[in-house]
Amino acid sequence: MSSWPNKWEELPIGGVVDKPGNSLEVKTGSWRALKPVIDLDKCIKCLLCWVYCPDNAIIRRDDDYVEVDYEYCKGCGICAHECPTKAIDMVEEGGE
Amino acid sequence: MSRIRRLNEIPRKELFTSGHSLCAGCGIPPMVKMALKAIEGDKVVVNATCCLEVATTLYPHTSWLVPWVHNAFENAAATASGIESAMKVLLRKRDGKKYKIIVFGGDGGTFDIGLQSLSGALERGHNFLYVCYDNEAYMNTGIQRSGGTPLGAATTTSPAGRVIPGKPENKKNLMDIVIAHRVSYAATINPAYPTDMWNKFAKASDLLDKNEGPIFFHYYSPCPVGWRMDTALSIEAARLAVQTRLWPVYEVDHGKIIINIKVNKPKPIEEYLKIQGRFRHLLKPENRGVVERLKKYIDNNWNRLLKLAELDSIY
Ligand SMILES: Cc1ncc(C[n+]2csc(CCOP(=O)(O)OP(=O)(O)O)c2C)c(N)n1
Ligand code: SF4
Ligand code: SF4
Repeated sequence: MSSWPNKWEELPIGGVVDKPGNSLEVKTGSWRALKPVIDLDKCIKCLLCWVYCPDNAIIRRDDDYVEVDYEYCKGCGICAHECPTKAIDMVEEGGE
Repeated sequence: MSRIRRLNEIPRKELFTSGHSLCAGCGIPPMVKMALKAIEGDKVVVNATCCLEVATTLYPHTSWLVPWVHNAFENAAATASGIESAMKVLLRKRDGKKYKIIVFGGDGGTFDIGLQSLSGALERGHNFLYVCYDNEAYMNTGIQRSGGTPLGAATTTSPAGRVIPGKPENKKNLMDIVIAHRVSYAATINPAYPTDMWNKFAKASDLLDKNEGPIFFHYYSPCPVGWRMDTALSIEAARLAVQTRLWPVYEVDHGKIIINIKVNKPKPIEEYLKIQGRFRHLLKPENRGVVERLKKYIDNNWNRLLKLAELDSIY
């Protein structure tokens, strides 16, 4: 359910935000111009991209390989620049 | 909290969520994510007004999964002092709960306007961790220079042109001011050295358990927007800042200075300057004098640290 109220009367008293972490409703992936594409054959599971991603848009799987969460990735390119094996390419959104 | 050697030892669960409005490539989140994981147990975050605050709490949303307190620009350390004092009273009078207090403030909120509240809190000795994330200007209000802005950096209030070559003054040495309060533990942290950063937070967590605060961290926080830099280069800039000796990574543990990242063969400062638009004018021949001043500052600062690190304690 969205945190945006339909009417002002639905706002919590005092304007408190009573849903911790609800910025997950804000899909910042729409900011992106370039998108990271990971080649898992080259990934050595160093997890640098996961540690650095400012938007938690690198998902660390159970086996420690990584995936991109395109709902939130803003396309900054830090992951691609920092990857020691150049496993990540930044490609134009809508291209390919 | 246990120390790590590899990044896969960091727990998966995030306490700082996606969907915030910090710029693409912002250097603040890697530090915040790590702090919330490495500082063990219940905690409260106290946030001075700054990019981190305004971009993670856009009503009606929040990116925090821990209790979080809004502050004015100048009083985060005072709020933390009050919270800690209240917690102590509750613990004494009835079954209170012990939790850790983490403050995040920008360089404007720490070097400048919040300095007196920080100094008071450090002197009174409240048990908290204060992290100044230093993006080297007042960023969320439009890139105004601060006491943390380095020599020669162009900001909207120190524009590079015919009158001045960027900021005419050197950066204030905040760590020196903090150390003057004889805090138990103070350290610089840098995202290009994530295991070092984790282990410092882990140590801070242990010290907070032992009521050994206040603890102070100075974080190098890359800002692609304010530094006019490619968003992909945030961590690269952080690494070059250390590798040129501009930004030493060190800790002061009960008065003992330890340089954590040794830089035996420093890179030329020009490598750091050239990737950032805020410094581009410094590469012109007429501004060579500014670069020379910067080099002198770097050498003096590094040599002084080496000397201090020889002492058993500077306290
Ligand atoms: C007393 C006061 N003056 C001015 C402001 C406006 N203001 C809010 S945040 C800010 C700048 C914060 O700079 P910094 O602490 O460096 O954090 P950054 O924005 O760079 O993250 C200013 C000037 C304010 N909130 N309160
Ligand atoms: S930085 Fe590269 S090698 Fe490391 S985990 Fe990410 S994709 Fe894999
Ligand atoms: S202005 Fe700089 S510090 Fe502020 S959110 Fe943007 S990149 Fe981060």
